[in-house]
Amino acid sequence: MSAPTEAAVSAKVRRIALIGNPNTGKTTLFNALTGLRQRVGNYPGVTVEKKVGAYSTSIELIDLPGTYSLAARSPDERVAVSVLLGAQEGEARPDAVVVIIDASNLQRNLYLLTQVIEIGLPVIVALNMIDLAEKAGVTIDVPALAKSIGVPVIPCVATRADGLNDLRKAIEAPPGQAIQPGWAWPEGLAGEIKTLSDKFGDGFLSARGLIDEGGAAEEMLAAKSKDALQMLSAARERLKSSQVKPAALEAQMRYGWIARQVGACTTRRPMGTPFTAKLDGILTHRFFGTLVFIVVMGLLFSSIFVLAKPIMDGIKACFDGLSAYVAGRFAGTASEGGALQSLLTKGIVDGIGSVMVFLPQIAFLFLFIAVLEDCGYMARAAFLMDRLLRFCGLSGHSFIPLMSSFACAVPGIMATRTIADRKDRLATILVAPLMSCSARIPVYALMIGAFIPAVKVGFLPLQGLVFAAMYFVGILAAIPVAFLLKRTLLKGPAPIFLMELPTYKWPSPRTVLLRVWEASKAFTLRAGTIIFAFSVLIWALCYFPRSEETKKRYEEQREEAKATLSDEAPEADAEAPAGEATGAEDEKKETPKSPLAERLDELDRLEQGELLRNSAMGRAGQALEPFFKPLGWDWRIGMAALASFPAREVVVVTMGIIYDLGEIEPDEEGAQKQLSDKFRAATWPDGRPVYTIPVALSIMVFFALCCQCMATVVTIKRESTWGWAIFAFTYMTALAYVGAFATFQIGTALLR
Amino acid sequence: MRLSECKPGGGGSIKQIHGTGPLTQRLMELGLIEGTVVKVVRVAPLGDPIEVEVHNYHLSLRKTEAEGVELDA
Repeated sequence: MSAPTEAAVSAKVRRIALIGNPNTGKTTLFNALTGLRQRVGNYPGVTVEKKVGAYSTSIELIDLPGTYSLAARSPDERVAVSVLLGAQEGEARPDAVVVIIDASNLQRNLYLLTQVIEIGLPVIVALNMIDLAEKAGVTIDVPALAKSIGVPVIPCVATRADGLNDLRKAIEAPPGQAIQPGWAWPEGLAGEIKTLSDKFGDGFLSARGLIDEGGAAEEMLAAKSKDALQMLSAARERLKSSQVKPAALEAQMRYGWIARQVGACTTRRPMGTPFTAKLDGILTHRFFGTLVFIVVMGLLFSSIFVLAKPIMDGIKACFDGLSAYVAGRFAGTASEGGALQSLLTKGIVDGIGSVMVFLPQIAFLFLFIAVLEDCGYMARAAFLMDRLLRFCGLSGHSFIPLMSSFACAVPGIMATRTIADRKDRLATILVAPLMSCSARIPVYALMIGAFIPAVKVGFLPLQGLVFAAMYFVGILAAIPVAFLLKRTLLKGPAPIFLMELPTYKWPSPRTVLLRVWEASKAFTLRAGTIIFAFSVLIWALCYFPRSEETKKRYEEQREEAKATLSDEAPEADAEAPAGEATGAEDEKKETPKSPLAERLDELDRLEQGELLRNSAMGRAGQALEPFFKPLGWDWRIGMAALASFPAREVVVVTMGIIYDLGEIEPDEEGAQKQLSDKFRAATWPDGRPVYTIPVALSIMVFFALCCQCMATVVTIKRESTWGWAIFAFTYMTALAYVGAFATFQIGTALLR
Repeated sequence: MRLSECKPGGGGSIKQIHGTGPLTQRLMELGLIEGTVVKVVRVAPLGDPIEVEVHNYHLSLRKTEAEGVELDA
């Protein structure tokens, strides 16, 4: 849409902001009011989610981040305040505000309402979860409450869509007038606020600036006037010398007023132990709570693998089919086997396919996270795990994102949105890719299958132990990395870990499904844009330059084979041209093929291998061999590592091609076996075998620690900045290099 | 007595919130102000944080954060 049209439309559209404490059912209410007519994005410059929904042609709803107070410090709170003040870039000031209040927790929720009223916009209160309040023994006289606080109050139960018609009517009605607060700043504070307010012309911002030292209001005032900061600190000094504590006075003023209003309109009858308390007796119990937690997490992550597997296989089959179909369309045309075919199949279809295959895991993970979060268990998980994560400078909020990253770092990084503290969130994002994700499994499986002897250590298989060790390598690296980050680049005051443990409730299907839909959509859009571009780039580096001479030579050999070899007679293979593949002839073929077909297949593989060796990427691998040598790698391993930048698991395919084996599927047992034989047969020019156990371990450690995953890098960029994405890639690559170097050198020394 | 020293089931009326800055302000915004009754519900399995009940809702906070909350003896 062009800018003038948008401006013309927004001139007529009424904007209504939704604000409320976390856990008040705000998102459920927003979804119920707007359905799928919502746009989700980010506010410019910050990673605060921006949700705008079309309520009708003339009304637009803005879902503001959940917050306990307008004393803004976190990015979420800053956005909420600046939108309400009309100071957010590109956002017109709302015409009215709906404050969502949890009826079972009136006092604390009304605190935010008193601050919103001071902003000076017309206010409607949606009194949500009245059913929960009833269950807790609280009866609210709604008309009396509305009268005493002075704004319309609409009781509702968003999860059951009760009372939504009344709320709709209130939203559609022309907005009323902003009301005057029924409370007044206490003696001492009032004078200072008045002075500042006269100077800056904004009572709300002046009070906030004075009280919230180091908060967002201070900066907003400083942007308005040069001497703001000086005036604020002078005022604070005067208050300090007269023993006035502004924040304490504010809380007492608001809670005092709230107690007076609420006392007259609510009755509380004694109830037995509430359901949530009983459930928490088990779920946060010293022993049973931990047990349930381990079981829940175990089920969650095993089900991601189990449930997602068939769909992932299906997606893979679709992309393979598409690739084959495209190749089929080229068959018999002039451009068969040419650059365009390769670009479409290898570059585009396979590239996007290798990323899209993770979509089911992302969808399932977000399904489970949304259910756990919506029912209230997530806060308990953070409560149980906080102590453990504090050890490396993080908090309980980081647990789920890090745990998720064992399946895939992409949803893990996306899940960090639940961490309010910016530095905590960044530290979590930066260590999340160190958790061994499912894409590393093919690499581990290949190396372990080929080089780790199938013996038992005690009663445990050595291969299994090495597999587990790879997971520990990631975790052990993450601890010091997080520790260092939190003490250097992301240094700051210990984040506040005040967290509400909300009442348990049934998750809302609509909220859960919308969450899954949004996460899946965001991931797919990314696969279609940046990941697409990188796929094409890596493809080009592996494809060009192509020498006509090579093609001609192989064409001649094909002709020769056709002339000399029969279609059926089981004669011996022709001599293979000098190349790396010395072990190829000894292989036992399981399906009998005619010598000609076998020879042609072999020529195809050899040609592909030679072309790849001579491509830009292949040459880079050979040029960089001195750099890889300390890790025990030859140029072929190095090039495979370079070419696997888009996705780690690509290394298996690339190595197959370089070893003149043609393309192999990482999951095919038979193919892996053949590749293992190739590995064992590979030698340095002086005849020493390339692959020893230290080399295999060094490759595994490298892939355990490196950030060879375009999807992860792009997700980090999306959730932070390019700077942090590049930082993550750089530090992980350095860590991987050092780790692989140490593994190879120590391993070799030990074996000597 | 400090809130951080209370055993599960213990607690009392808040006498004073010590300190200044964002943490103190947030505690007060969440309703931990002078005269409010706060009760320790339980301690997390690993010894920290603690769960308290205040204004009929449940809040998790670290012991270091609860240190500034002084209760009537």
